[in-house]
Order: sequence, then C-alpha cells, then structure tokens
Amino acid sequence: MSIEHATLTLSGLEPLIVTPETNFVNVGERTNVTGSRKFARLILDENYDEAIEVARNQVDGGAQILDVNMDEGMLDGKQAMVKFLNLIAAEPDIARIPVMIDSSKWEIIEAGLKCIQGKGVVNSISLKEGESQFIAHAKKVKRYGAAVIVMAFDEKGQADSYDRRVEICQRSYNILVNQVKFPANDIIFDPNIFPVATGIEEHNNNAVDFFRATRWIRENLPGAHVSGGVSNVSFSFRGNNPVREAMHSAFLYHAIREGMDMGIVNPTMLEVYDDIPKDLLERVEDVLLNRRADATERLLEFAETVKGEGKQQVRDDAWRKESVEKRLEHSLVKGIVEYIEADTEEARQQYDKPLYVIEGPLMDGMNVVGDLFGSGKMFLPQVVKSARVMKKAVAYLFPYLEAEKAANKDTSAASKVLLATVKGDVHDIGKNIVGVVLACNNFDIVDLGVMVPPDKILDAAIEHNVDAIGLSGLITPSLDEMVTVAKEMERRGMRLPLMIGGATTSRIHTAVKIDPVYSGSVIHVLDASRSVPVAGELIGKKTAKAIHERIKAEYSQLREDHANRKENKNYIPYRRALANKLKVNWSEKIFHEPKQLGNHTFKSYSIQEIANYIDWTPFFSTWMLKGKFPKIFENEIIGEEAKKLFADAQQLLKEVIQDDLLFANGVVGLYPANSVGDDVEVYTDNSRSEVLTTFHMLRQQGKKGSGLPNLSLADYIAPKGEGDDYIGGFAVTAGIGIEALIDKFEKDHDDYNSIMIKAVADRLAEAFAELMHEKVRKELWGYAANETFDNQALIKESYQGIRPAPGYPACPDHTEKRLLFDLLEVEKNTGISLTESFAMYPASSVSGFYIMHEESKYFGLGKIEKDQAADYAQRKNMPLETIEKWLAPNLNYDV
Amino acid sequence: MATNIRDLLKEKVLVLDGAMGTMIQRHTLEEEDFRGERFKDHAHPLKGNNDLLSLTRPDIIKDIHEQYLAAGADIIETNTFSSTSIAQADYHLESAVYDLNFESARIAKEVASAFTEKEPHKPRFVAGSIGPTNRTASLSPDVNDPGYRAVNFDDLVKSYGEQIAALIEGGVDILLVETVFDTLNAKAALFAIEEVFDHKGYELPIMVSGTITDASGRTLSGQTTEAFLISLSHVPLLSIGLNCALGAEQLRPYLQTLSKKAPFFTSAHPNAGLPNEFGEYDQSPEEMAEEVSDFLQNGFLNIVGGCCGTTPEHIRALAIEAAKVQPRTFDLVGLNI
Repeated sequence: MSIEHATLTLSGLEPLIVTPETNFVNVGERTNVTGSRKFARLILDENYDEAIEVARNQVDGGAQILDVNMDEGMLDGKQAMVKFLNLIAAEPDIARIPVMIDSSKWEIIEAGLKCIQGKGVVNSISLKEGESQFIAHAKKVKRYGAAVIVMAFDEKGQADSYDRRVEICQRSYNILVNQVKFPANDIIFDPNIFPVATGIEEHNNNAVDFFRATRWIRENLPGAHVSGGVSNVSFSFRGNNPVREAMHSAFLYHAIREGMDMGIVNPTMLEVYDDIPKDLLERVEDVLLNRRADATERLLEFAETVKGEGKQQVRDDAWRKESVEKRLEHSLVKGIVEYIEADTEEARQQYDKPLYVIEGPLMDGMNVVGDLFGSGKMFLPQVVKSARVMKKAVAYLFPYLEAEKAANKDTSAASKVLLATVKGDVHDIGKNIVGVVLACNNFDIVDLGVMVPPDKILDAAIEHNVDAIGLSGLITPSLDEMVTVAKEMERRGMRLPLMIGGATTSRIHTAVKIDPVYSGSVIHVLDASRSVPVAGELIGKKTAKAIHERIKAEYSQLREDHANRKENKNYIPYRRALANKLKVNWSEKIFHEPKQLGNHTFKSYSIQEIANYIDWTPFFSTWMLKGKFPKIFENEIIGEEAKKLFADAQQLLKEVIQDDLLFANGVVGLYPANSVGDDVEVYTDNSRSEVLTTFHMLRQQGKKGSGLPNLSLADYIAPKGEGDDYIGGFAVTAGIGIEALIDKFEKDHDDYNSIMIKAVADRLAEAFAELMHEKVRKELWGYAANETFDNQALIKESYQGIRPAPGYPACPDHTEKRLLFDLLEVEKNTGISLTESFAMYPASSVSGFYIMHEESKYFGLGKIEKDQAADYAQRKNMPLETIEKWLAPNLNYDV
Repeated sequence: MATNIRDLLKEKVLVLDGAMGTMIQRHTLEEEDFRGERFKDHAHPLKGNNDLLSLTRPDIIKDIHEQYLAAGADIIETNTFSSTSIAQADYHLESAVYDLNFESARIAKEVASAFTEKEPHKPRFVAGSIGPTNRTASLSPDVNDPGYRAVNFDDLVKSYGEQIAALIEGGVDILLVETVFDTLNAKAALFAIEEVFDHKGYELPIMVSGTITDASGRTLSGQTTEAFLISLSHVPLLSIGLNCALGAEQLRPYLQTLSKKAPFFTSAHPNAGLPNEFGEYDQSPEEMAEEVSDFLQNGFLNIVGGCCGTTPEHIRALAIEAAKVQPRTFDLVGLNI
C-alpha cells in the first residue's frame, strides 16, 4: 500500500513535521548578514556571543527554522558559516530547530551542510547556471540529507511573471523528481517575492503573480512546498515599520491562502492581521491585490499618517460600587472578564497573602458557581465562562504566588487529575469540558492534549504526581488504546485510579475490556457533570477503598451478565447471511450516470453558504443542554441559557465569516461501481475493465425475522453484470485554520471560546457534508435534480440516498477510510489527514460514501462472527488479528 | 524459502549476534597475543586493541563467531568496531586499516558460509561493523571553546570510506553503522557509503543503530529519537534501531517510537541490563530474554541481538523468543514520516 505524503520532515535536535495542515512555518531571518545590518556588524566584529543571542531571540520569538546567511563581501563566508553553525550547535535551545543554510555560493552551502547533524534546508539552488550544475547540486543536497529551496530562476533570468514562474518551477520539478529522484516533499519553491508600490507600473501585479504561481505550484507539483522572503514586498516603505508590518502580514494572509506554507519573516515583527487598522488594511490590500490604479499613491499618502489609537470602553454598573469580594463574585458568576485583573489586584493588596485571595473571595465565588451549577441554576456554557474568569485571576496572581512559594515552602495540596485524549485520536471538546468542570471544583488539572501516547501519559502522571488519570476518545480505535494504557499501568505496577470518558466509551466496554486488565480502580464517567463526584470519591482518602470495591464488584457482575447475554443471542453463519441479502430486481432498475465522473475539489468554500445548512441540535448537546432546536429556546429551565449560547455562537460564526478565520475544503468523487459479494469494485471508467480500488463492506449476522434481509451496504450497489451502477465518496472539512484560533483563545485562558470554536467548526463540517450531498444529488450526480427540501427536511434526511461513513454503524471499519482517502486524494485536495487510528485531522471533518439506491437506509451492523471476520480479512488481504483489532467492538466472540 | 535478507525479514525476526569484547575478555590475552608476528616491533603498546586480534589471533575471533552462529544468530558482526584510521590513531596503526577490515570481513564470511552450507534453510549474513569513532563532529571536546571540533565531516568521510571499501572487498553482506552517539558522524558514514557504492557500481543493504545515552531519551549529541530518525531517512536503509548504553527495559519507549515512525525495518541490540556497581553487566540470559520478549510480543522489532555484556547464552535465549513471534510489519499507513 502506498500513499502520497505531502509531509516535509526536518530536524534539529527535535523534529519539525510540516504536514498539509501546518498552516505556515516561520523561518527566522535576523541571522542573515545581508538582511540585518546589526547581525552583519556583529559577525564582522567577531562578536559571536551577541550573534548567538540574535539567534536565540529568533527562536524565542517563534522561528521554527533558523535561516543563516553569511554572504558579505568583507567576510570569509565559508569560515563564518562553519563557525556560527558550530557555535549554535552547542546551544540546545537554538539547535532544537532545523537550520536553513542560505547562500548564493555553493561552497558556503556545502560547508554548512557538513556541520549540521539534523535535516536542514538548503537555500537555494536554481537553473541559473544551467541544468548540469543544477543537477550536480541537487544530487549533493540529497546525499547530505537536506531539503532544498529552488528559486524560480533559469538561464534567462529570474521569473518575473506568472507564466515564467510556472515554466521554471515545472521544469525544475521535473528534473528533480525524474532525473535526480529527489523526494518531492523535500522540494520548496521560492517563486520570487518582488516589491510592490514602487511607483513603476510593471510592478503593480507582482504580489498577485506570486499568489497565482503559488496556487499553481501547490495544485500541479505534488508534494512541493512554497516559501519566500516576505520582507521584499515592502521594500519601498523602508523606515516605516507600521506600514511594512501591515504589508507583511496582509501579504502572508493571502499567500497562505494560496498555499505558501513557509516563509522567511521576522517573527517578532509581524502585525496580527486582525489588528491592522481597517483603513490601513484596505490600502495595503489595494496595493497587494492590485485593486485600483491609484493604490500606490493612496498608501503613500496614508503611510505618513499611520498612528495607533486604542479605544477605551467604560461601563459603570451598580455592582461596581460593592465590596471587592462581591465584585469578584459577580464577575465569576456572570463570567465578566473586564474588571477581573483590577479587582484581583485590589484584593491582593487587602489580603496578607496572594494565596488567601484565591482561597478566600475567588473560591467563595466559585463555590457559588458550583452550587448554582449543582442545583441546575447555571449551565455548562456559563460555568465555562466563569472558569475563564477564574483562570485569568489566578494567572494574574501567579507571579505573586511564585514569589511567595520561593519564600516559604509550598504546602498547598489540591488533588491533581491528568487528562489526555489517547494516541491516534484528535477529539478533545469533551475532555476540555471535563477539565474546566474539575478545575472549577478545585482540582489541579494536567492536560496533555490530544494524540498522547501511553508512555507520555504515564510518565507525566508520575512526574506531576497526579492522583488520578482521565482518558478520553471519540473514535472506536481509541477504545483499544485505552486498554493499552490500562495494561501498561498494570505492567508498571501503578495503582492510580483511571477514569474513562468520551463518545464511544461505555460502562460495558470499560467493565469487559479495561477493568480486567488493571487491578487499580477503573471507572467509566458518563459525562462532565459526573466527573466531579467520581474524581472526588476515587481520590478521597476515606472513600477510595469503598468505591474501588464497589466498582470492581459492579463491573465483575456486568461482565458476567454480558457473557450470559451473549450466549443467548442468535447469529447465523456468514454464508447464510450472504444468501439472505436484500432482494432487488436489478433488471428493472434505472441507473443514473453521474454528469461528471471523477474527483471534484472545492477549496475555501463559502462558510456563509455552509452555515445555512447547520443542524443546531447537536451543538446544544455538546454543551450539555438537551433539547431540539429551535424549541429548546422555549424550555423554561434552559431556554434563556440556550439563547445566550446561540447568540455567542452566531457572533463567533459572524467573525469566522467576516474575517475568514476558518476555511472549508472538500472533495467529492463519483465512479462506476459494481458489487462482488460484499466487496464494491470501483472502476476507472465506464468500460468497467480496470478496477481502481475495492471497498469492503460488512454484513449483519444477527438472526432476522422472516422476510427481513441481513443488510450490507454492498446490497445497494448492483452486482457485476447486472447493471451500470455507481458509487460516490466525499471528504469535507471546516477546520482549516482552527489551530491558530484555539491557540489564541488558550493563550488568553479563554476555554469558553476555545470550546465554542471547535463546536462551531464541527457543526460547519457536518453542514458542509449536508450541502455537498445536496450538490451531488442535484448537480454532480444529478439523480435528484428536481428535489426541493428545506433545511429541516434535510436534517431529517428525507432525500433519496445515504452517505454512510467508514467507522460508523453501517460500515464500522475505520481502515476503509484509507482507501477512500486514496481514491479521492483527500490529503492533497482538502488538507485533511488521517492519524494512525484513522481519525481525521482537523477534527472538524466528515467523510463517507454516497449511495443513491432508493431503498438505501442507514443501519447498524451489530455483531459479527469469526467466519465473517476471517472472510473479511482475506478480502482485505490483512491478517485476521489486525482486522479483529479494528473491529473489536463488533465481534461476537472473544479473541 | 527466502534467501534475500529483505524477504527473510518479512517472514521472521532475525537474530544479530552479541558482544565481541565480552567474549574476548574470557581469554586471558597479553601484549604478545595482540602483537603477534606482524606487529612484534611496533613502537606503541597494542594491548586492548581488540580489532587487531583478527590479524594476530584469528582463531579466537573465528571461535566467537562460531559460538554465536551455533547459538542461533542469523547475522554476525565483523570485529571492526574501531577499525577506522581515526580510532586506530590511538595505537598508531592507521596503516593497518585496510587489512583489519578486509581480514575481519573475510574471517566472518568464511565462518558464516560454512554454517549456511550446513544449514541451507537458515542462511547466515555478515554485517560489517562501523563504529562511531572516538571523536564527535557536532560537539566540542573543549568546554571553553564550544566552536572547536576534534574531527570534521571530511575527515570522517575519508576515514569511513577506507573502512567501508575494505569491508566490502572482504565480503560483508551488510553494512552496519552502529552505536551512533553523534548523528553527524553517522551522516558522514552514510555519505561515505554512498560514495563507495557509486565507485563500485553496486550497493549493499545498510543498517543504522543509534545510542540513546540516558533517560533523557536523547543521543549524546542531543537529538530525540524521532529527530535522529528524520536526520538519517534520506538514505534507503535496510533497518534503523538502537543499541548499547541502556538495557532492554530502558530502551522500550524509544524503540516504540522507531517502531511506529520508521519506514524501514527496526532493530535493537541492547546491553545485558545496566552495569552494576562494579561496572559489570550481570543480567542473566533469561532476564534479558524476558524484557526483549515484551518488545517482540508487541511487534516493535525485526532484528534483535545483544551489545555489551551479552554472550552466546544470551543470544540463544533471544533466538528462542524471536522464533515465537511474527516480525513487526509496517507500511506507509499511519506513518508521520
């Protein structure tokens, strides 16, 4: 099996993995004698100590790769390169990141390559001196084990138009990939960033040409990446930093959207795109996008006047006049962040110790929140907002607490809970909610994030001396991962209580699969609100033993019941199930040939349009508010809260749309197909002579009442020779760009919005899937060109055809997703990738099959027997044990 | 029955031999044994230059190879860990480098071929052992001068190149760049190997084995296991793995990382536990086999063997465990590389 990896891997002391989801890699540029006068002076004066500090600042400022350039006439560039690289190799906090060896002289590049133990990047080679030299250098770079930047430059000169860029990049790529056998993923094109607003008319389209060429490269040269020296673009505005910074970030903003995934920028001198004053931004973008003839004059004019102005909001409500304790409580209960730091400071001055502020008014306030939540008068979204305020207050006090701690020995002893989403899984909304709820109840939380391997979890548990571990996961393979963690805990002789939670987890699975492998306490926690009492009991000195014994006894009973029940259920042999398939009179069926066969990609689809298709009911359930949308607003108890939550979601959605914060990409493929047994063969074209891929379906094996079929998705596709049938596939995401938002919220201790954006992105992804399905029915496949349904009808799925997803009840094998992804070239076309457990990343993604059959409906596979598992393993050409691992939740027998 | 090593590795876990030094220590050897006839007038002491025994006491080296093969090893390593001009400089024996490598390879191949002939169903292979040398290319030995290097890339390429050419001419089947404590040294070795391959017009399979120095999980030169893997993945390796410095148990998380991420076969040849307070490795074959069986059961490995302190008894115990399990399988699905 082979798949195309668009992943660029680099290394310093640590790995740097640039995947299609990596939004952008910052290359630090200040260690460049041609770009920084200061650095040049330091090197010429042999002041290497300070030169190293320049490098360190770049890394601290967020550089992920360090560009080093020693091309200066007065300098022995080769000697300086070697000396500087050797010196930074001795600084682990700098050597952590990969090096980019930047020179126009090959001898300097080669000298640099001989100094780095990691996999770095050569900047650059090109066709400037002809093909033979280009090939010779590329071969050397490959042998030294580095990635390479290729300049859009050839014998005739530097590419300065769109066409020339395309021509040179294509030619360079062909030579590298076909002749040199250079790994495509290690090729990074620099299609030349030239200045704009120079006053010369021919330069007006410079940025636009770069953007277009970037897109062309990403779409036509598989694996290749795009980089550039961003500061060039603002060359005409030297000396005016506000304008330059705005130009850099606006340029990056557009270039990244077109596919630029790396760039040489000074990460400490980048304006945040959203923070650029709107009037400046408009003029900057007029110039970059060449939107009007007088763009340059207008920006020049404006540049003279650029100054920052802040706005101050003043609200003077009555509660502001109360005591500081009351004010803190009010802020906590109402989730108001505006005054929290000032009030906390006031309290800090009044109390003897900063810790007393936390233990006193802040905890009192949180206790009020806890009571209100406990009695059902506050709801999860509000509690999360309160937690945000609390976090801000504690963050404010943190330095004082540290100072205090340094003075006395710390004796505080809150219980500590470690939380992690297990290896291979990327879903973390539920885990984050649990973290917030526990933190509100005075637990210290150590949150390891997502995709955490067992060793990391257990090492961290020991390192942080936690009192309990909570594991979370959403997809079925995560169940197995949890068993692995429990086994590993047993192997290491650990006895910490283990809490299990997440959508696919269950009490029965915990009892049957996890509890028996671990002699410590294991308990399934149904939802976030249950986590507090459970964690309290598990950790409490007086209660721990009792709950341990109670749960062990309860789970052992569950296991026994489960074993008994299993024997009573009736299953039929696979052979008979196959015979009892859905009866279809294929000869009378009308097959509908899709209007456009093959793959169709949709990049940066309008979020506005997608938002019309959102089904809001699951959104409320994410926030533990149960009820159907929009009736939920009328609910006496939770209606008000639901309205507020909805308003916040709408506001965020509005920002997402206005400021292009999230991107939605999708791909749909439609292909001729026929079933062969329970396999579905997908053909390259209508001749149906060449099998492109084969999907493998599973069949219900439970004994059915008379006349009821044992269903398989294969039943909905005409058997080979009985008709020209078709199948479709899709993968969509609305999560491109979400990392930056989450990062921003988390830096701001804003759990509420961090959870909100994920919940909204999830809804958008589902909505996008719905929208795309409609587009397929009406246009691309067109079998229901005349259907008209409103959103409610769509949510009820009243239309013809289904879109079952691998990993879900009708076809629970997640590994089929790989085949689907290969067929649709999902990684390349959408930026969605699969983890080792076949979870989609970004998490806000949906994929599945399209089936048009009139009688098709969603069904659950239920349990299967070993005869089918063995047949399935054979069909998939995978070892039975591997299949049994993936299908574990569906097996009606013990492995 | 496959005879090509790549095919064999798909069928079963192959066993690498154990320590050479530990076995040599079982003999009481004096200065004269090391010198033999050929170096009797050499101006510098030679005792302790174990690689030299391939020339001066080939009987001992052959015997050790035979013991490991009899214990069940599929691959034996040549006695050339320190046979580079850089390492031999300590003994002023740079001029003997070609002979050291050629003879060591020839002896090992002779013994291995005899076993293959006797047991054609179990072909035996010879891996040319290429040690790290005793100098680091990315670390300064002088704390006051961090920019200084005792050896550079070009020196290493030249020195490794001599060793590699001689090993190939002596008949090795595989090249094993092992005990990599500085990735830049290993990159130089791989660079040299590819140059020699170009020169000869054919290639041999290459194994690489790194050394994680302590519980920090890093190489001596500071890389994490994954960074180490990425830095050497530009060469189409037969296998990548870890050896030395730690016992099997301590290697577990790092092997797990390699097993998960490496697009090559994986190997481990750990020490017989950690040294005791006397600096001796005293882990018993059974204890070691139990720890190693854990990785084997978990499918982390394709090749397993021993490093410091291991003996034919250890290898026999490992071979029994290796025969019980299926080798690690890997494809590109789910790989982050």
